[in-house]
Amino acid sequence: MMQIMGLTITEKILRDHCQNKKAVAGDYIMAEIDKCLANDITAPIAIEVFEKVIEDSKAEVFESSKIVLIPDHFTPNKDVASAAQCKILRDFATRHNITNYFEVGRGGIEHCLVPEQGLVNPGEVFIGADSHTCTYGALGAFSTGVGSTDLGVAMALGKCWLKIPESIKFIYSGRLNEWVSGKDLILYTIGEIGVDGATYKAMEFTGDTIKGLPMADRFTMCNMAIEAGGKSGIIEPDKITTSYLEAFKKLEDCFYSSDKDAEYHDIINFECANIEPQIALPHSPDNVKSISEVHNMKIELDQVVIGSCTNGRLADLRNIAKILKHRKINKKLRCIIIPGTQKIYLKAIERGYIESFVNAGAIISTPTCGPCLGGHMGVLAEGEKALSTTNRNFRGRMGHVNSEVFLSSPVVAAASAIKGYITSPEYL
Amino acid sequence: MIGKVIKYNLKNINTDLIIPARYLIKSDDIYLAQHCMEDLDRDFVEKVKTENYQILVADSNFGCGSSREQAPSAIKASGITCLIAPSFARIFFRNAINIGLPIIEFPSIGKLKTDDILNIHFEEGLMKNISTAEEFQVKKQPSFLQQIISAKGLINFARKQIE
Repeated sequence: MMQIMGLTITEKILRDHCQNKKAVAGDYIMAEIDKCLANDITAPIAIEVFEKVIEDSKAEVFESSKIVLIPDHFTPNKDVASAAQCKILRDFATRHNITNYFEVGRGGIEHCLVPEQGLVNPGEVFIGADSHTCTYGALGAFSTGVGSTDLGVAMALGKCWLKIPESIKFIYSGRLNEWVSGKDLILYTIGEIGVDGATYKAMEFTGDTIKGLPMADRFTMCNMAIEAGGKSGIIEPDKITTSYLEAFKKLEDCFYSSDKDAEYHDIINFECANIEPQIALPHSPDNVKSISEVHNMKIELDQVVIGSCTNGRLADLRNIAKILKHRKINKKLRCIIIPGTQKIYLKAIERGYIESFVNAGAIISTPTCGPCLGGHMGVLAEGEKALSTTNRNFRGRMGHVNSEVFLSSPVVAAASAIKGYITSPEYL
Repeated sequence: MIGKVIKYNLKNINTDLIIPARYLIKSDDIYLAQHCMEDLDRDFVEKVKTENYQILVADSNFGCGSSREQAPSAIKASGITCLIAPSFARIFFRNAINIGLPIIEFPSIGKLKTDDILNIHFEEGLMKNISTAEEFQVKKQPSFLQQIISAKGLINFARKQIE
């Protein structure tokens, strides 16, 4: 007789969002989606696809309240071409009465903004035409990046084809060392398994360390699941999730969890006592070394970027404010700090963080993805080196093809901005 | 299909190499195709055109990084009609299927080199290297994906669902 195995959180959520009530990892499904998201790079193509799909029919968008459009990559419009792209989103939102369109000045970086606006809930299926859509797994949702055609079709049908992924369980144990954050845990993990270590898989983050990890760090970890090739990152909702969601009055009956006898592709254990702050060296997020080793290399920097969908949250700004207050940015470099949303920006002003940053000699940018992808607001010249709290350091990612990007946590980036070379707050 | 191979023996060819973000200010395929792979090989577009390359072969985890569909679209618009690699990053994989760009997961890329002529029978899962007279079985996509592939992409597949 065949043993009936338990299910992972990911299998359960996806099974509840499709017609095949026996679907398990490996099965293809047409998933009913709760929300879909696109930005100024991916939405124009998605909108074109949508028009082609509904052509000649009287069909409308499947549900206007379930579509989220956020111009954040080349905004505020960097040139005429990107202005035209953004206009396509704006016009589409008006035409289809899409209330979850977030204009420049009233929004921010999509993956900081969506949870902040209460647009994603535990147990939901959320797809986004942006690879870092995997961020929302931090709330116990299944969320994943798709392409523009997927999104255009989803806007018409409310559905998306998905293969239910197998899961890899990552168990983190022990207390975090000083100056170690969720960013260091995920960089360490990617360093261990490689940029294709979790291809097609759901990365389930668990263990006593995760149970004590603040929400901002959880978002950071799930955000970078894609950098290991993961389809999604996910964390079982718990008390920390509940207290985060209290602002939105969300109920706990949508909390899913994995069965004890669920089947995993692999189970990997990490002892956090062994984990120092981590740096990903050029040109790959898995080229990871510990800070003590990189500190000795005395890598001099031209630019430091603190922000992005990975590390642009209020907690990140609070942590760097402690370091930058009453200190000065090294005169050899530029430090660009980017609050993730307008709400985060305002709170950072109210709490005095922004004043500390300006006094230190950093520049504060409007919420934008800008420099992360070499778009604008901090593009690198040939031969320049940047330390960034973003998520990718591919060749040419932040500008010239012969520039270099190193990745770290916000506190390491802030300490390095003061010293002028890559170092830890421990050495300040 | 019968076509000539252009090969890059490199793992993790990411979406920023395939189409750098600085060009994503427009979504016109012809414009994007002009810059396809330029940070990896400045002459890629020219070579594909003058040598009439149709099959792009690369090492594992091809297309990792961004969700930008502009990556497979730029490759398709540059004149490439089939991609072969041991593995593909998942969003790139679905984007290629969705836009109707044939994609083959083939582990033994050591058996293929630039300028080889391949004859690929997608339906039978057969690939013949005419230049070396070798024949390979290649993995066929599961039947669910075959429906999207035979509709020549997700748009047509979805249109049928609406009708």
